[in-house]
Amino acid sequence: MSVTQLGMPKVFHGSGNIVADEPFPDFARRELKNEQLRANLGFATHTIRSKRASVVGELPDWQELRTAGSEIKQRVMARLPELLEQFEENVTARGGQVHWARDAEEANRIALDLIRAEGAEEIIKIKSMATQETGLNEYLAEHGVGAVETDLAEEIVQMGEDKPSHILVPAIHRNRTEIRDIFLKRMPGVDPGLTDNPPELADASRRHLREKFFRTGVAVSGANFGVADTGTLAVVESEGNGRMCLTLPDTLITFMGIEKLVPTFEDLEVFFQLLPRSSTGERMNPYTSLWSGRTEGDGPQNLHVILLDNGRTAALADEVGRQALHCIRCSACMNVCPVYERAGGHAYGSTYPGPIGAILSPLLTGVEDRSNNSLPYASSLCGACYEACPVKINIPDVLVHLRGKDVDARHGKGEGGRKRRMPDQMDAMMAGAKAAFSNASLLSLAERGLPAGKLAAGRKHRISKLPGVVSGWTQYRDVPEPPAQSFRHWWKKNRQNGTRQRPAGERADVEAMIEANAGLADELHERFAAEAEEQQRAADRAALEAKVEEKEEVQAGVSRELDAGGDGPRDTEAGSTEPERPKPAAEKIARAASEEAGPGSDLSDKGPGRADPEPKGNAPMESEEER
Amino acid sequence: MTEAKAEILRRVRAALADGPSAPEPAREYRRSSDKPLDAVLEMLVDRLEDYKAAVHREDLGSVAGRIEQLLGRSSRYVIPNGLDQSWLPRDSAARVRMVDSGHARKAGSLTVRELDAVDAVVTASSVSCAETGTIFLNARPDEGRRAITLVPDHHICVVPVSTVVELVPEAMRRVGPERPITMISGPSATSDIELQRVEGVHGPRRLDVIILDDGDEAPGGDGAGGASGDR
Repeated sequence: MSVTQLGMPKVFHGSGNIVADEPFPDFARRELKNEQLRANLGFATHTIRSKRASVVGELPDWQELRTAGSEIKQRVMARLPELLEQFEENVTARGGQVHWARDAEEANRIALDLIRAEGAEEIIKIKSMATQETGLNEYLAEHGVGAVETDLAEEIVQMGEDKPSHILVPAIHRNRTEIRDIFLKRMPGVDPGLTDNPPELADASRRHLREKFFRTGVAVSGANFGVADTGTLAVVESEGNGRMCLTLPDTLITFMGIEKLVPTFEDLEVFFQLLPRSSTGERMNPYTSLWSGRTEGDGPQNLHVILLDNGRTAALADEVGRQALHCIRCSACMNVCPVYERAGGHAYGSTYPGPIGAILSPLLTGVEDRSNNSLPYASSLCGACYEACPVKINIPDVLVHLRGKDVDARHGKGEGGRKRRMPDQMDAMMAGAKAAFSNASLLSLAERGLPAGKLAAGRKHRISKLPGVVSGWTQYRDVPEPPAQSFRHWWKKNRQNGTRQRPAGERADVEAMIEANAGLADELHERFAAEAEEQQRAADRAALEAKVEEKEEVQAGVSRELDAGGDGPRDTEAGSTEPERPKPAAEKIARAASEEAGPGSDLSDKGPGRADPEPKGNAPMESEEER
Repeated sequence: MTEAKAEILRRVRAALADGPSAPEPAREYRRSSDKPLDAVLEMLVDRLEDYKAAVHREDLGSVAGRIEQLLGRSSRYVIPNGLDQSWLPRDSAARVRMVDSGHARKAGSLTVRELDAVDAVVTASSVSCAETGTIFLNARPDEGRRAITLVPDHHICVVPVSTVVELVPEAMRRVGPERPITMISGPSATSDIELQRVEGVHGPRRLDVIILDDGDEAPGGDGAGGASGDR
């Protein structure tokens, strides 16, 4: 467990299977080549997505339910200390026992002690994210206790010595033939004539596990909900393995994250509607079990709940990020996520994959964790996850917030006084972009560089490899050829030529335009190529020069600009040269490029239209749009 | 208070140092039905069948015959000791009811092995939610302890019309946390292999639902029926 001093207060991060073994981009790059995984995941996410949409559409009050779900969970977080104590009180009053675990290791140790007290060498388990998070199975194995997963998919994953790829359908990356092969190899007493027909595979699992259910004295479960005002626990499932584990053994140990509480029994009516529809796309899952402590003569008589922190209080301390704790583990966000669909659940490294994992895992471990700090970038911020979330967790908002925290952490901010490192290419690019976008004449200059893109695009009219920090962009996609000129330049030119807007409804005479421009395209292509080449050479020279200077004089300048935030260098006049004044590297590159290319090479000078005079000073954007 | 508990509570309080607000949740969703009973019953049948339960509409005169037919000629079946036995067919040489006492450790209860060997179980139910096709068992004397509706492979469940409601909140108000609650929506199922739905994994693979016209008044709103919650 790491302890991070974020000014005040101290937060305690979690441990266990919530830390990626390697950064998301590395894993994802490999997984993208796994065609089977992509095909299966694509099929699964599409199927569940459409089922979900249809059952959600059945409810006229879906948005009201989401609102209630979100507000109930906000209330849980705000009143967590009193609700936790109330929950413990009620569980205890009904004959159960509550244990508190600060981290994964402590939770596992408590469970092991309880199992040993019963003299059990093997336990049965219901699919549970919390025990996956703490790595309970591995821990028990190390200490000589076997843990048998009883959910069909978890059983497949466990026998295949594999990791779950989807929280809802963990074995979705395996097809039926692979599953048959795993069963034939690993399942004791399996019929050697087993086919890959799903009902037959399910039946094999039923036979295999039935004896385990009847004989095993200790079961371990997770919990979907814990009710503070009654001490009730709820497990939502499909196959009946949950009911078996919750009913037949004499001892039941339940792992529950401290955020899984709801204040009242009444609140369950909201989540029992939100969860199944969002999760499996069913109106209701086949079985839900609720128990409140011990019932004489019915079910386990020896009941334990292990309340788990493991980084949850660290997540709670983050005012923006704490909403990630509202999650009810439905997996709707995964099924709508374009990144998840292609990269798959394994790439996220943690027990919690997909969009929610991309925020929850770094919140639990701290974004400073080297492998998890890439997770907040594993998203295109399209917002589909927010829309699908049954408790309205604003995942894109938290992703952006965590990206900010990551940048701060890497720059030594937030951890008190650590010296910032050297500015990198990204800093230079951002400083340059800030300068350009806050000054119209600078932007205009930068846009002159567009023809250089034409050269880079070449005959394919696509750019398939960008250099430096932006190279990641072109790893799996091409950038279309940039236009020869910017819209701003085009507009200015055409307006000066007296071009009037066509009256609405009047069609342009395309034929006439083509005829008038005959031969022009070839001529332009040739000239643009020559100009672009020259500009590219100039830019290369400037970049080299800037790199050399960067260490001595630029560093201080960039740091000041970034730290100051807000205003860019608004006073910089286009084309002016002030060699004695330190400039951000990127701005220097842009300036050097434009100087080298010079006004003489400005395409608008010799273009088919007349040159427009170079605007001086701060020509505000709005003036360009005036009629 | 254990050291771990004290520390976790301390961490939680520190994390909430900004004092986030906790408004009373808005409950603008539907909490009571505005549908007539016929429509609600029709919806229940539709949803139960959609999830592969077999549904039968009976009255007090026909229920025993239906159960007889569902059990088949040769059957050893278990019932909870509080079940209304007027619903059941007469025992014969080949068809025998076995009454479970309701307490696993007291005389008169069946062992797990015995339950695994019976052909079926017949029980009543506390409340059924039409909108989701869900039957709620609350371990009352006519529903029995949880094991008897779990281990046998065939569950025949009687749903009196007076216990049918439309909405989840209405159903939740009729069960209480004092005893275990099991919510059942169709037979056990899995979609873990290539998302193909397979009925029947560990729970009963066959679910017959008898909607019994018991002559009681329609429940309409909540809390009105004879089986209202005891919270």
